[in-house]
Amino acid sequence: MSSTLIKIICIVCYIVFAPFVGGLLDGIDRKISARMQRRVGPPLLQPFYDVGKLFNKQVISVTKSQGFLLLSYLLFIVLTGAMFFAGTDILLCVFVLSTAAMFLYFASCVTSSPYSTIGASRELIQMIAYEPAVLMTCVGFYLVRGSFEISSIASTKVSNIVFLPGVFVAFVFILTIKMRKSPFDISTAHHAHQEIVKGITSEMGARNLAFFTVTEWYENVFLLSMVGLFIINKNPWSIPGAFAVVALVYFVEILIDNCSARIKYFTMLKLTWVISLALAGSNIWILMLIRK
Amino acid sequence: MYKVKKSPWVLHYDGSSCNGCDIEVLACLTPVYDAERFGIVNTGDPMQADILLITGGINSQNEAVVKQLYDQMPRPKVVVAVGVCACTGGIFKDCYNILGGADKVIPVDIYVPGCAARPQAIIDGIVQAVELFEKRLEKHKAYVKKEKEA
Repeated sequence: MSSTLIKIICIVCYIVFAPFVGGLLDGIDRKISARMQRRVGPPLLQPFYDVGKLFNKQVISVTKSQGFLLLSYLLFIVLTGAMFFAGTDILLCVFVLSTAAMFLYFASCVTSSPYSTIGASRELIQMIAYEPAVLMTCVGFYLVRGSFEISSIASTKVSNIVFLPGVFVAFVFILTIKMRKSPFDISTAHHAHQEIVKGITSEMGARNLAFFTVTEWYENVFLLSMVGLFIINKNPWSIPGAFAVVALVYFVEILIDNCSARIKYFTMLKLTWVISLALAGSNIWILMLIRK
Repeated sequence: MYKVKKSPWVLHYDGSSCNGCDIEVLACLTPVYDAERFGIVNTGDPMQADILLITGGINSQNEAVVKQLYDQMPRPKVVVAVGVCACTGGIFKDCYNILGGADKVIPVDIYVPGCAARPQAIIDGIVQAVELFEKRLEKHKAYVKKEKEA
């Protein structure tokens, strides 16, 4: 009974606090990026000001279904995170995450704007690029713990990263794609001009863009929790350790974002698959040999 | 929690400018002036923009483009004409292809003079535009309320 209660508290905490944490992380990102470029940078709460403004603007959308599709995107991302924090099946989490990404694809395709459509097809290529590494992460956890249950993965004696260093690096690598950071920000970028305007978000204005941004915050919190899952174990002292590693990973992502230029989609695909196969693949292969 | 004043997103459109003002607009974003500290983002997307920055005069070819960009921007919106060409047509005023300043096509709210306009003047123009933007938002809200009731 008490474990059910804890699960419910975790889910509610995620749903309520994730946007605030995600927004703050975004603000920290913008501040650190600015400092890296020797600028003062916007206030820490800038992302919240932006979203607040977007909710107050006139809603112009080419098709009405876009709003519905974006809401579905938000809902499925929230569902992914909620399932993760409830300690359920990690494989199912990943599949729901892919479903959510599909709704985003449709939301930008329905507008039939060329920029938006190119952005959407690039988003699909990004999915193809990162999906193997995500699946291999799940498989890696399974090989270590013999279970896909997150509650079981999180309660190990020794942190999972000890057995899964290659998978960890591969996951951090594809995190750059998921967080839309340079050099893999090909479908849409946080930075100013891009060759396809704003890519996948070109036709999203006002409230729709606000929904998109909030969903990104939810997603980032979920992804960083996945990073934390590598560190966390039975010992309560692993929790601050997990936070420290997550902060470090986030900083590394910002650093990569600021010191690399956008690359072509095919280079991204090749690079990601090679890294995934070489690091995560060999890691899993060795694990399978040891298990025998 | 809306702090509209703190989040002006700018759409920059180059009319028939000599690129002098465009370089100054971009200079606003460099570390020296850092317009982002006011939350100013240079977005390329009219659907996400609040302020339309026009440099250069209007000619017969870009007339329709400027009109369309203005129409694509969601309310409330503010237009800033940067540089003397965007304000009046400047030294190109008498050219056969130039119609005049940006106000020949769309309603301009703030005029930033100069050839080229200095970054300080541009940022000042945007800050004034933001004040106007806030007032328009109140009007827009009242309008939306009215529309809902009707």
